Amino acid sequence: MSSSPSISSSSSSFLGQTHFDSRTPNARLPTKDSWICKCVATPPTETTAHMTKVSRNANMAKLQAGYLFPEIARRRSAHMLKYPDAQVISLGIGDTTEPIPEVITSGMAKKANALSTLEGYSGYGAEQGENRLRAAIASTYYGDLSIEESDIFVSDGAKSDISRLQVMFGSNVTMAVQDPSYPAYVDSSVILGQTGQFQKDVEKYGNIEYMKCNPENGFFPDLSTVSRTDIIFFCSPNNPTGNAATREQLTRLVQFAKDNGSILVYDSAYAMYISDDSPRSIFEIPGAKEVAIEVSSFSKYAGFTGVRLGWTVVPKELLYSDGFPVAKDFNRIVCTTFNGASNISQAGGLACLSPEGLEAMHKVVGFYQENTNIIMETFTSLGFSVYGGKNAPYVWVHFPGQSSWDVFSEILEKTHVVTTPGSGFGPAGDGFIRVSAFGHRGNVLEACKRFKQLYK
Amino acid sequence: MYKLSTFSSMPPAIFLQPRMSHASLKVQEDGIGVCTRVTRNLNMEKLRNGYLFPEIAMRELEHMKKYPNAKVISLGIGDTTEPIPDIVTSSMANHARRLSTVEGYRGYGAEQGNKALRKAIAETLYGDLPIKDTEIFVSDGSQCDISRLQLLLGSNVTIAVQDPTFPAYIDSSVIIGQTGDFQDETGKYQNIKYMPCRPQNNFFPDLTTTATTDVIFICSPNNPTGHAASRKQLEQLVEFARANRSIIIFDSAYAAYVTDESPRSIFEIPGAREVAIEISSFSKFAGFTGVRLGWTVVPDELLFSNGFPVIKDYNRIVCTCFNGASSIAQAGGLACLSSDGLMAVQSVVDYYKENAKILGDTFTSLGLDVYGGINAPYAWVHFPGMKSWDVFTELLEKTHIITVPGCGFGPGGEEHIRVSAFGHRECILEASRRLKSLLS
Repeated sequence: MSSSPSISSSSSSFLGQTHFDSRTPNARLPTKDSWICKCVATPPTETTAHMTKVSRNANMAKLQAGYLFPEIARRRSAHMLKYPDAQVISLGIGDTTEPIPEVITSGMAKKANALSTLEGYSGYGAEQGENRLRAAIASTYYGDLSIEESDIFVSDGAKSDISRLQVMFGSNVTMAVQDPSYPAYVDSSVILGQTGQFQKDVEKYGNIEYMKCNPENGFFPDLSTVSRTDIIFFCSPNNPTGNAATREQLTRLVQFAKDNGSILVYDSAYAMYISDDSPRSIFEIPGAKEVAIEVSSFSKYAGFTGVRLGWTVVPKELLYSDGFPVAKDFNRIVCTTFNGASNISQAGGLACLSPEGLEAMHKVVGFYQENTNIIMETFTSLGFSVYGGKNAPYVWVHFPGQSSWDVFSEILEKTHVVTTPGSGFGPAGDGFIRVSAFGHRGNVLEACKRFKQLYK
Repeated sequence: MYKLSTFSSMPPAIFLQPRMSHASLKVQEDGIGVCTRVTRNLNMEKLRNGYLFPEIAMRELEHMKKYPNAKVISLGIGDTTEPIPDIVTSSMANHARRLSTVEGYRGYGAEQGNKALRKAIAETLYGDLPIKDTEIFVSDGSQCDISRLQLLLGSNVTIAVQDPTFPAYIDSSVIIGQTGDFQDETGKYQNIKYMPCRPQNNFFPDLTTTATTDVIFICSPNNPTGHAASRKQLEQLVEFARANRSIIIFDSAYAAYVTDESPRSIFEIPGAREVAIEISSFSKFAGFTGVRLGWTVVPDELLFSNGFPVIKDYNRIVCTCFNGASSIAQAGGLACLSSDGLMAVQSVVDYYKENAKILGDTFTSLGLDVYGGINAPYAWVHFPGMKSWDVFTELLEKTHIITVPGCGFGPGGEEHIRVSAFGHRECILEASRRLKSLLS
């Protein structure tokens, strides 16, 4: 995904097992010498390069390495250079592969064409999103949950929303994440200055509460051991473990948040992948409106990973300690640091939520669910302990006692299949590999064939 | 000579918002709602009022409710009005349709943008300036890029802005924690350096009296004054930044509107690569205000005080806090930069420039001092001795024309009104007629 070698997203090297920079003894502000030998930017040709007096943001310096997925992409590219004839199969980055149903793309094409007409041209849209789309999201996904159109903020996707929420919260809040978790929660927290330094011995940032999720606790944190934080990030169905929390678990989570006066940021980007009766929205839990924000996305439902469309729900009932409504601040953030999702993408979103669009999305989701079954079945038949998969497009495979980067490398080297090492999602992810189920059926089948050969 | 009746208006209610939230009152009265124990971000509390443009939009709505039969003409928010040329929209439609095919489907794009688009921006818009495609970060627009740059810089930097200025530089600075409190007496936030830009100093800061800050925001052609900095002015700026080792953030969103020899990019100035970041946008260039596409240039040579390249950190921000501009918008951007595309979008720019001329001439003929309008789609009109909100209100009430009060852009904007030249020609002409009859 990084388009040129000079913009490798990491200042560290990703060689070897560890995913953090072993060059610098511990995470501190890099001195000129500590980065200069690995600098991938073009070095200045003059002997005395002009340096501004602007101090590098200390929070950026805390980050250990590049964001996880560009690193995976970099590894993949390097591998393809090494083996130019290999048929590399990508089950790493969770990138959708199947074409978007025509009912949706024709909605977008129509909007694009309309922009060339007097009647159809529109300029700036409401930063919160087009009313019709907000209403459609509210009625489709929150119909009987009394979430209103005005509680919904349309965006260019969950990743951007996570950072906008962090900007809103500011640096003086504490946060808790699942361990393992989608890296954007932790990385955005570091960037905003909510955390301490990275502690290499435990592979955690100071001041973040990591809530372990593993097979032993059914991938739901033991809340009795979790310290109070202001914000709790929770993703269900979970990326990377694939686990969907039960109604009972989420009820306890909401109660926990209430008791601690915390705000729950609930990431429901994979809700459509649920195949049992696990809750699809945090707002199915009574009392959630007073403690939770929900973030979601069209990326994995409609193949909109490149089109860019998502939404965040901030209920009116959610209040800061002084009674100020969180939604008012989020609205201000959205109006000041954002200018609305693309109107063409929003037209696509509207088409997604038409009856025909919904049916089409379900079909594509079903296709990826079938991929997931195939992958799960493969690893299970090979004797692995396999988690997730049932309610999410990710299979979480256990490789006990092994470093996940080692397993990643071995799989890549020997089968030319890209996966994602579990430790990229947090220390409790080590010993696991995430296999994503997004891919053409042929590729998924071929990958499984290769897994069977490697691990028979 | 014009004569506006003295219109006694209360300052708009938005400026009188008590610091205490409405909601906490509501909680006390209704007894509903349980508060979390999360402290509201103090930086959000520092913000005075809503962001300027939604406030203008609100006023417009209220006015339309009050006068349902009035034909309100919007020369307020700088929103493009003319259709996007076919050559651009058809490529976006094609790209959208191709997403339904196996060969044409694309998922995640590079967060920095589509390679072909980055190259096209570098080659077409920066021509013989040594800007590499790898130094270009495609985005969903300048408003978002400004905040991403603030995230990059963090709370421990000081900024300078022009006064008046596009509000997003200030508001994003407050949000990220670079500023102190707003001071009602001065209309300024503490810890921001405001550099007055007036007719007297040719709308360019007097750098000899400017204290140094880490970062200097400069917009040229300027929103709201319409002034395009001269080459000499920008050379002084770059020299100033080099001498003080500051970073210039140069907003060139209106570069396509430059008519004369004024520079269109800060990188036309030697030495700028080591001191400047440039942000720009397809919004006013191609009518992409709703489509959402822009870019930021971070040169390889731009270094923090410890020698660390700014571009590496910006790349990290873009990879972590963003997921790329919409691939459909990017397809449109590429079409804009083809030779036919460029011609087509430039003719829409020319249309708005003609609007600006009409408006500028109108105000001039009424004996008012008008600035801008030549290199930008904004006319900056001086109403000496009058409060800009009063002028705004009177113009709205009496001619049903929305403008923007200059003080919305900072205390240096007082006594001025910004009139935007985006509109259908007949609306511009009608607006001119109404202004002439009110003000003559």
